[in-house]
Amino acid sequence: MIIQDRMNVTGQREIAKNIFEMKLTGKLVGEINSPGQFVHIRVSDSFEPLLRRPISIASIDYEAGEMTIIYRAEGRGTQLLSLKKEGDEVDVLGPLGNGFPVDETSPGETAVLIGGGIGVPPLYELSMQLTAKGVNCIHVLGFQTADVSFYEEEFMRLGETYIATVDGTKGMSGFVTNVMETIGDGFATYYSCGPMPMLNAVQTAYSGKKGFLSFEQRMGCGIGACFACVCETTDKTDKEYIKVCSDGPVFPAGVVSI
Amino acid sequence: MNRLAVELPGLQLKNPIMPASGCFGFGREYGNLYDLSMLGAIMIKATTLDKRFGNPTPRVAETASGMLNAIGLQNPGLQGVMENELPWLEQYDVPIIANVAGTETADYVEVAKTISTAPNVRALELNISCPNVKCGGITFGTDPQQAHDLTAAVKEVSEVPVYVKLSPNVTDIKEIAKAVEAGGADGITMINTLVGMRLDQKTGRPIIANLTGGLSGPAVKPVAIKMVYEVSQVVQIPIIGMGGIAETADVIDFLSAGASAVAVGTANFVDPFICPKIIEELPAKLDELGVEHISELVGRSHRL
Repeated sequence: MIIQDRMNVTGQREIAKNIFEMKLTGKLVGEINSPGQFVHIRVSDSFEPLLRRPISIASIDYEAGEMTIIYRAEGRGTQLLSLKKEGDEVDVLGPLGNGFPVDETSPGETAVLIGGGIGVPPLYELSMQLTAKGVNCIHVLGFQTADVSFYEEEFMRLGETYIATVDGTKGMSGFVTNVMETIGDGFATYYSCGPMPMLNAVQTAYSGKKGFLSFEQRMGCGIGACFACVCETTDKTDKEYIKVCSDGPVFPAGVVSI
Repeated sequence: MNRLAVELPGLQLKNPIMPASGCFGFGREYGNLYDLSMLGAIMIKATTLDKRFGNPTPRVAETASGMLNAIGLQNPGLQGVMENELPWLEQYDVPIIANVAGTETADYVEVAKTISTAPNVRALELNISCPNVKCGGITFGTDPQQAHDLTAAVKEVSEVPVYVKLSPNVTDIKEIAKAVEAGGADGITMINTLVGMRLDQKTGRPIIANLTGGLSGPAVKPVAIKMVYEVSQVVQIPIIGMGGIAETADVIDFLSAGASAVAVGTANFVDPFICPKIIEELPAKLDELGVEHISELVGRSHRL
């Protein structure tokens, strides 16, 4: 169920250049039911900036009632969020959307998780849940440069991990698709989150494979009422459009027209 | 006595708070969050004769204390609304105000004729002011004669009272208000969004794919208050005010300016529980102002 919660900030640290990891506790955590869901955060109690910020959930600790979010402090809103300190309260709406289907990969099978930039965080909780049920996870993480890369060690603890940077300052030089060429197609499922061109490249490279893509789109309400984040579908016979916030953000490969 | 009850043509409102059209879909999303029966009314998303996909994305951009949108009246069309949306809303004890949009008079008439027969539709809101569609909409709302004629044409076929939604994007909104009153409008809703643009700092290009969008949010409230203040002095029909209402104090301002009820728009995106919160806070606000019934506040700015 979607709730509005005044969550407590229990941790905040910069883990890469302008990339922040924030820990939040509150009853909202108990409502999260799949990796890849997101929250909508009000960064100020005033009306400036006005709109909430959609941020993906990087990990969930149900026992502690704590979740971790990772975000890039880029615009005014996320910069204000980065100033929150331990002990502060934040107005959080969530959990929102539908996440990655963990049950689509069986124990013993291999899944490839491909993330780009700030699309990497939700793959961390996904990998933890997949590996916990016995799925072999291979991670392919792409960043612009080494300065903004993060969570390499965390992912390595869960499975084979490859890094690609556009400028070649870390891992393989180039894009995630360059790494994917070396992995081959001996896997059951792929899961991906990142910018639209990357999702398009991943979907094209793995056409015919079972895959799930998490989309980003400019949002208004975050709950499906405002129609700001619609995308056209490829097969318009069933549904002509989907809303990224409430129908997604995760869709099976091939559903969304990229 | 219900201190918040308001009676308007076609509408017996438990309270004067309703979500504004375009900011509440057809209620389903908010129905998952709270009981919609607590609302004064619901202004549902615009309905056109045929279904519309709307504009390309990006469709929204944040501005200082506001936002621009160019959704483009995306909706499932008259048939879809009649078959799926309005029957679903019947589970709630709340009057529905159906927002009617079109590209030419015949469209408006056709939609109004049919949608006004739905059992829970108690009033129409004639959308002659949407700035985000290329044909119709705002072209009717900027010309007094066209606004008059369209209102009269819709009044002739509607089974329920007709409210006309005015655009602030005109030289003199009073002229349009008088024209729709003369055309037989039972009430006015105002204001729709102001046309605006935001540019991308990196590329210099407009962020919204439609290039321009409608500005809403707290930033537009002073414009809306001024227009409600002016229009309420030149027409006899009631006004439902809107434009930047985000908290209880804003409701008091709109009523003081001359509105009889209000609609909350963009603030629903900021806080989806804002309508019930305002409804809950209103009685204490009336106590604070020394007012027994909310209607005592209507138009008090003119009495000063």
